Amino acid sequence: MNKIWLVTKREYLTRVLNKTFILTTLLTPLGILLFMVAVVFIMGTGSDKAKVINIYDPTDLLGRELKTRDNLTFHFSNESLEDQKELYKAKKINGIIEIPPMKDSMATKYSYKYHSDDQLAMDESIGIESAIGKKIRNYKLKKLNIDEKTLKNLDTDVTAEPVTIFENKKISSITTIVSSVLGGIVGYAMFFIILFYGMQVMRSVMEEKINRIVEVLISSLKPFELMMGKVIGVGLVGLTQIGIWLILMPIIFFIGTMIFGLNTESVGHMHTGNIPVEDIAMSSQDKIAQIFIEIKAMNWLKILPLTLFYFLAGYFAYSALFAAIGSAVGEDINDASSLTIPVMMPLMFSMYIGFSAVNAPDSSLAVWSSMIPLISSIVMPVRLPFDPPWWQIGISVISLILFSILLVWLAARIYRVGILMYGKKASFKELSKWIFYKG
Amino acid sequence: MNVLSLQNVVKVYANHVAVDDVSFDVRASSIFGLLGPNGAGKTSLIRIITTITAADSGKIFLNGQPLNHLHPNEIGYMPEERGLYKKMKVGEQLLYLAQLKGLSSKDAKIKLRAWLEKFEILSWWDKKIGDLSKGMGQKVQFIATIVHDPKLIILDEPFSGLDPINTNLIKDEIYQLKQKGASILFSTHRMEQVEEICEDIVLMNKGKIILNGNVQEIKNDFKEHLFSVKYSGKAPSEMGTSEYETLSQNDNEIIFKTGPAFTSNDLLRELLNQNVNIVRFNEILPSLNEIFIKKVEANNE
Repeated sequence: MNKIWLVTKREYLTRVLNKTFILTTLLTPLGILLFMVAVVFIMGTGSDKAKVINIYDPTDLLGRELKTRDNLTFHFSNESLEDQKELYKAKKINGIIEIPPMKDSMATKYSYKYHSDDQLAMDESIGIESAIGKKIRNYKLKKLNIDEKTLKNLDTDVTAEPVTIFENKKISSITTIVSSVLGGIVGYAMFFIILFYGMQVMRSVMEEKINRIVEVLISSLKPFELMMGKVIGVGLVGLTQIGIWLILMPIIFFIGTMIFGLNTESVGHMHTGNIPVEDIAMSSQDKIAQIFIEIKAMNWLKILPLTLFYFLAGYFAYSALFAAIGSAVGEDINDASSLTIPVMMPLMFSMYIGFSAVNAPDSSLAVWSSMIPLISSIVMPVRLPFDPPWWQIGISVISLILFSILLVWLAARIYRVGILMYGKKASFKELSKWIFYKG
Repeated sequence: MNVLSLQNVVKVYANHVAVDDVSFDVRASSIFGLLGPNGAGKTSLIRIITTITAADSGKIFLNGQPLNHLHPNEIGYMPEERGLYKKMKVGEQLLYLAQLKGLSSKDAKIKLRAWLEKFEILSWWDKKIGDLSKGMGQKVQFIATIVHDPKLIILDEPFSGLDPINTNLIKDEIYQLKQKGASILFSTHRMEQVEEICEDIVLMNKGKIILNGNVQEIKNDFKEHLFSVKYSGKAPSEMGTSEYETLSQNDNEIIFKTGPAFTSNDLLRELLNQNVNIVRFNEILPSLNEIFIKKVEANNE
C-alpha cells in the first residue's frame, strides 16, 4: 500500500510540476477568454468606418427615421437623385439609399436600391434591411388598422406543463432543456477526460517499458502496485487540472469583463446575429432567471456524488485497460495506435449513446445502456439530471463496480506479463494468453 | 550460513522449460557466479529470486526464510536491460528508487549523499539523467542497486557496456561490499570476466545446472596436468619415462603433459637434474570457458 502511494506521488508530482502542465493548465482558460474576446472584437469591428448615407424616400415610407447599430449616419433628403449623386461625386456622402414606393402595400417582397460604387459591409446591409423591414411592418399595420398590442395578442406562447402522477416533485418545461444541456456537457466532458488521462497512463507505461526502468521497479514492488499507483497518480492530476479550471474560469472571465469591457450584452449581440437585443431581452432575462432557478432546484446531492463515482469507476476501468495496452507495445511508441482501437470503441460508442440519451433519456436504449457496465459510466451521468429511478442507479452502480474490478484485474494480469516482453508488439491472441499465465 | 538457497526450482513457459530442477546455495559474504550462454535460463532464474515471477515448483530461501513479499527490500537487482527516467533528476530518481526499497526519505537522503560523494558525483544531484553520459548513468544505476544495503546483490551482465574505468570502479565496490557482509550474485555469459572475482559458480545450460562448486576446485577437477616451462640456454632433453610427454616446444618454452601421479615437484626435480635453467614454471589450468564447452559437449554426447 505504501509503495502504491510512492508511485502515485511520483506520477503526480512529475506531472504537476512539469512546465507544460503548468502552462496548459493556466493558459487554457486564458486562451478561451482571449478567443472569446477576439471573436467579439472581430464581430464588433465589422463597421469601424463611419459612413454618411443619404436616403431618398419620396413616398415617406420610413417616416424620416432609420436607425441601425452600425456607424452609419443617415440623412433624409428630397433632392433629386441626380443632385444627390453629385454629392457622392464630391465625396460628401458614401452612398444613397433609394426607397422605391410600395406598389402593393401587402407585398411580402421588397427591395431598396443602394447607389454607390462601394458595397455595403455584410453587417451594415443586414442592419439596414432589418431596420427597413420593421418600418414596412409598421406601415402595413397602419394600413390594416391593427395596433401593435392587438398583433402581440395573436401570438400564443405554448409550453407543456408536466404534472407528475405518483412522484411529488415540481417540474417545469424548462427543466428538460436545462437537464439536456447539463447531461450533454457532463457526457462530453467525461468522454474527453477519460480518453485524455487514460492515454496519459498508457504513455507512462510505455515510457517505463521503453526506458527499461520497469524491471528495476518491479524488483521492488508488485506490477499491480506500480499500475495502480500510476492510474491513481494520473487520475489525481486530472482532478487537479479540472479543479483549477473550475476555479480559474469564473475568475478570468470576471477579470476579462473588467478589462475588456466584455459584457453579456455584446456577447448576446454576437449570438443573435445583429438582431437588436432589446426585442428579446425581456423574455430572455426571464428565461435566464428561470434557468438559474432550475439549476438550483436540481438534486445536486444525488447528481454530484454519483457523477464523481461514474467518473472514477469509468476512469479506473479504462485507464487500467490503457495501461495493459501500453505494456503490450514493443520498442516503438507508434505500436500503440492499433492496439487502442478495442478500448476506444466502447468509449466512442457510449459517447454517442450518451448524445441520444440527451434527447430521449427514457428511451429503452438509454435505460439499458445506463445499466450495462463501462458504457454506463458515460450514459448514466448524462441521464442523472433527468432523475432516473433509484433501482436503475442501483443496478448500474453495482454492475459497474463489479465489472471495473474485473477489468482492472484482467488488465493487471496482462500488464504484469507485458512489461517484461520485448521485441514485437503483442497480438490480441497473445494478450488473452497472458491473462492465464501463472505467477 | 547461506544467504540464498534454491531447491529443485522449476519454471516452465508456454513452449519451453526455462529453469529445470535447479538447486544451489550462495554463501553469506561471497561472490557467486551464475554462468551460462544466452538463453541458459539465468534471467528467468533471477526473476524468480527477485520475486518478479514465481517458480512453478521448488523452494527458495533467503536468509533461511522461504521467499516472501518483504524480501525484495533485502535484494539489490541490476537487470541486464536497465534504464532510468530520462527526464527525472538524479537525486529525485535515486530517492524514489531507494524509497521503493523501503528506506525512509530521511535515511535515503543520508545514504545517497554518502554514495554520491564516494563516487564524486554529488554535484549531479540536480542534473537530469538525459543530460548525463552513458557511463555516468551507469554509476547512478549502480548506486540505485545498492543504496538500501541489500544482503544479496544480483547483477545481471553488470559490465556490459561499461568502460574500463567504471568496470574497475564497480569491481572495487563489489569487493568492498563483500567485505561488509553482502553476497554478490553475478550473472553473465562472459565467463572470463568473472572467473577472477567469483569464489563459487554455477554453470547453466538449457535451464539445467551442469556444473556447480568452488572455482579453484572446479579448475583442479578439470585440469589436464599441463605444465609450461620457460627456460634459457640448454633445452631439456627427451626423457625416457612414460610419466610425461612433450606437447609442444618453441621459443624457449615447453609444455609437458604428465600423468596424474607425476606431480609438479617430480617434474621440477627431473628438470633440475638435467641442469635446465628455468625462467618460469607454471601449471596450465583450464579456463571456465574451456570447461564449459567441454562439459556441454560431454552432455550432448
